[in-house]
Amino acid sequence: MIPHPAPETGPILGKLSLEALPLHEPILVATFIGVVLGGIAVLGLITKFRLWGTLWTEWFTTVDHKRIGIMYMILGLIMFLRGFADAIMMRLQQAMAFGGSEGYLTPHHYDQVFTAHGVIMIFFVAMPFITGLMNYVVPLQIGARDVSFPFLNNFSFWMTTAGAVLTMISLFIGEYAQTGWLAYPPLSGIAYSPNVGVDYYIWGLQIAGVGTTLSGINLVVTILKLRAPGMGLMKMPVFTWTSLCANILIVASFPILTATLVLLSLDRYVGTNFFTNDLGGSPMMYVNLIWIWGHPEVYILVLPLFGVFSEVTSTFSGKRLFGYTSMVYATICITILSYLVWLHHFFTMGSGASVNSFFGITTMVISIPTGAKLFNWLFTMYRGRIRFELPMMWTVAFMLTFVIGGMTGVLLAVPPADFVLHNSLFLIAHFHNVIIGGVLFGLFAAINYWWPKAFGYKLDVFWGKISFWCWVVGFWVAFTPLYILGLMGVTRRMRVFDDPSLQIWFVIAGIGALIVAAGIGAMLVQFAVSIWRRKELRDTTGGDPWEGRTLEWATSSPPPDYNFAFTPVIHDLDAWYDMKTRGAQRPVDGYRDIHMPSNTGTGMILSGFCLVMGFALVWHIWWLVALSFAATIVGAIYHTFNYKRDFDIPAATVAAVEEARTRQLAAGA
Amino acid sequence: MSAKTITADAPVQFYDLDEHAHPEGYSTMLGFWIYLMSDCLIFAILFACYAVLGGSYAAGPAPKDLFDLKLIALNTAMLLFSSITYGFAVLQMQQGKVKGVQIWLAVTALFGLAFLGIELYEFHHLIEIGAGPQRSAFLSSFFTLVGTHGLHVTFGIIWLVTLMFQLSKHGLIAANKRRVMCLSMFWHFLDVVWIGVFTFVYLMGVLR
Repeated sequence: MIPHPAPETGPILGKLSLEALPLHEPILVATFIGVVLGGIAVLGLITKFRLWGTLWTEWFTTVDHKRIGIMYMILGLIMFLRGFADAIMMRLQQAMAFGGSEGYLTPHHYDQVFTAHGVIMIFFVAMPFITGLMNYVVPLQIGARDVSFPFLNNFSFWMTTAGAVLTMISLFIGEYAQTGWLAYPPLSGIAYSPNVGVDYYIWGLQIAGVGTTLSGINLVVTILKLRAPGMGLMKMPVFTWTSLCANILIVASFPILTATLVLLSLDRYVGTNFFTNDLGGSPMMYVNLIWIWGHPEVYILVLPLFGVFSEVTSTFSGKRLFGYTSMVYATICITILSYLVWLHHFFTMGSGASVNSFFGITTMVISIPTGAKLFNWLFTMYRGRIRFELPMMWTVAFMLTFVIGGMTGVLLAVPPADFVLHNSLFLIAHFHNVIIGGVLFGLFAAINYWWPKAFGYKLDVFWGKISFWCWVVGFWVAFTPLYILGLMGVTRRMRVFDDPSLQIWFVIAGIGALIVAAGIGAMLVQFAVSIWRRKELRDTTGGDPWEGRTLEWATSSPPPDYNFAFTPVIHDLDAWYDMKTRGAQRPVDGYRDIHMPSNTGTGMILSGFCLVMGFALVWHIWWLVALSFAATIVGAIYHTFNYKRDFDIPAATVAAVEEARTRQLAAGA
Repeated sequence: MSAKTITADAPVQFYDLDEHAHPEGYSTMLGFWIYLMSDCLIFAILFACYAVLGGSYAAGPAPKDLFDLKLIALNTAMLLFSSITYGFAVLQMQQGKVKGVQIWLAVTALFGLAFLGIELYEFHHLIEIGAGPQRSAFLSSFFTLVGTHGLHVTFGIIWLVTLMFQLSKHGLIAANKRRVMCLSMFWHFLDVVWIGVFTFVYLMGVLR
């Protein structure tokens, strides 16, 4: 069913007209009013407190990996609230739409909601979160002053943000895709999706994808080239190792997504026949290509968090990580295997028994290195002096939750079982089980673990525990019913149901979602309370509140712009623990000038041009496409004429900062 | 295991007190290599599409009906020559001769433009006889693969011209030398890709 006929294309505004404003959707109108009022309030407060200058000079134009990391996290958090709003809407719709009730969402709206939920949660929540985390922590862990390409880092962040903004614009101007989060053709082709939804999808992801690929290259090079002296590859902290593998996966898989979406857009804009039903096109080729990107993507998301769990388990058990070498090799095995399993997402395509067996077996094989990791964490805890601080609680919750998700995954890897469970709610429950239980729990562990490093005070424990319990309980209440429904054969993405006996499960799942909502609320309160009480929560240890083992704890909290006044020399895997036990003395004089990159607004400006170009492409406003494209190219070339991109922090400034730290350390001791 | 490194008389050094900043552009070459490999993957996908869809003529023209190998041989020669002349530019750079670099870069750009001109002529001709990218999946994948390569050459030429301006403004400073080397890798990379296109698309297409 096509809800609206494709509009005419005009020379000035392209397909854009007043029709594009969703005035007939009261939910969207109310949301829009809310966003506008909220936006005015935020902008007003920024103006009132005269923060625009600070924001521009210290945040938007920054090339400091720590600030960029924090901005990524804020982007992820904002988009998380949007993505979760979509989730609540779906749960409510499915709990209501029984016994002849149509629920409260039209098909046109509901299909956009489930598409946007998936896209936003993966591309604009999970990706910014893990990129932000790696950006913040990796250079500190390897004793570097910044990443290899600081300007590129700023540009990557703004490209990701531009993609997110374009996706959000679709909420109020036009529509979003109604295709599911991977936009399979022929449904996403021009014949079945003649409106702008899929175009918003394509250009939002393409713009963000540029940022992701570049930040992947940046972090790979950073890890390979900027490690402190003495840190051989097998002395890198596990989080750095998993980040290296995740970024190699980014570099080796995001170009595939880019190419695939280019082909889809050619089908839509030029009339080519890659994925069409006629003239030789092959829709299944898109499905193959998108999953050749899509499966590594799953590991891009989860690998860095495996690193987080390793750091947290080791720190809070007060022990060296059990089986470091096997942990590294398990990570590398997973990295390679992640390329050999993509077909398990569509066993039902009909590739035949041999092909399906191959991919079924490779999929099951991945559980071996993953299992090895789990045993390593358990053996690290064994006979350790475990401190159940918040990061450790999230880690234990992860172990319990993720194991179940992993096992249902192995179950789905059996092709005959998959034929029954394909596209059922069992699948939905499975991947939420691993993504929430693995990625999100890992992120919460990481946020609680590294927050004191980033801001100099710990997060409030009381609200953290409330959030923890709401999340863990809410997750299981929300997703156990989906496992059960899936086993009964209920498929995903349904808007209404006929069988009234199913309703109770959807109601329970809805209650679970509300408990999770309480968990999110408690987390926001936790942040607010912690910021409010930051004086009481201040870390008095001079930067090492958890008795950490890796280098990021060797510097102050928050670290100075240059991270380390003197680059540490590494003799052991647990470098900072080694320095502490062997009584390394922090040098207190002899400071030198430190060479640092300069801030620049170019990244934000170029991304702004790309955002305009994306919008113009969506609406077929060709003159604006040409103009913004030319502006992007000219702007990029103009930037290359700037040869003075760095400056020196004078030794006197370094000395002043370090002396302040010396006093702080003396006061804390 | 770290205990082995502790000896009673030699104090262990935990901080690098005599540190020197990494030289400017320390990581650029590696970064650019990795970027090229990511770009290579885009081409890999386009080659894969051509491999899968290259036989889907949809009752339309096949490679044998369309490709003029003489024209393509000429075109290939243009691109290969441009790679040689770029090599000459790099040799001039190693001898520190700005003028020589600029002359050879200009020659490279001319060969590149000739390549693009011939490619556009070929595309125009194909579209004119009704063998445009919309005709069949074979032609869609052909135009996309060859066109993406051509687009890369176009950006290479824009970069070349920019670099010539920068050379005349600042001469052979370290930053410019690095840029010449990066563009050199980019340019030769496009050559390698074209060898693949020439072999798999044109030669094998006509054999098929």
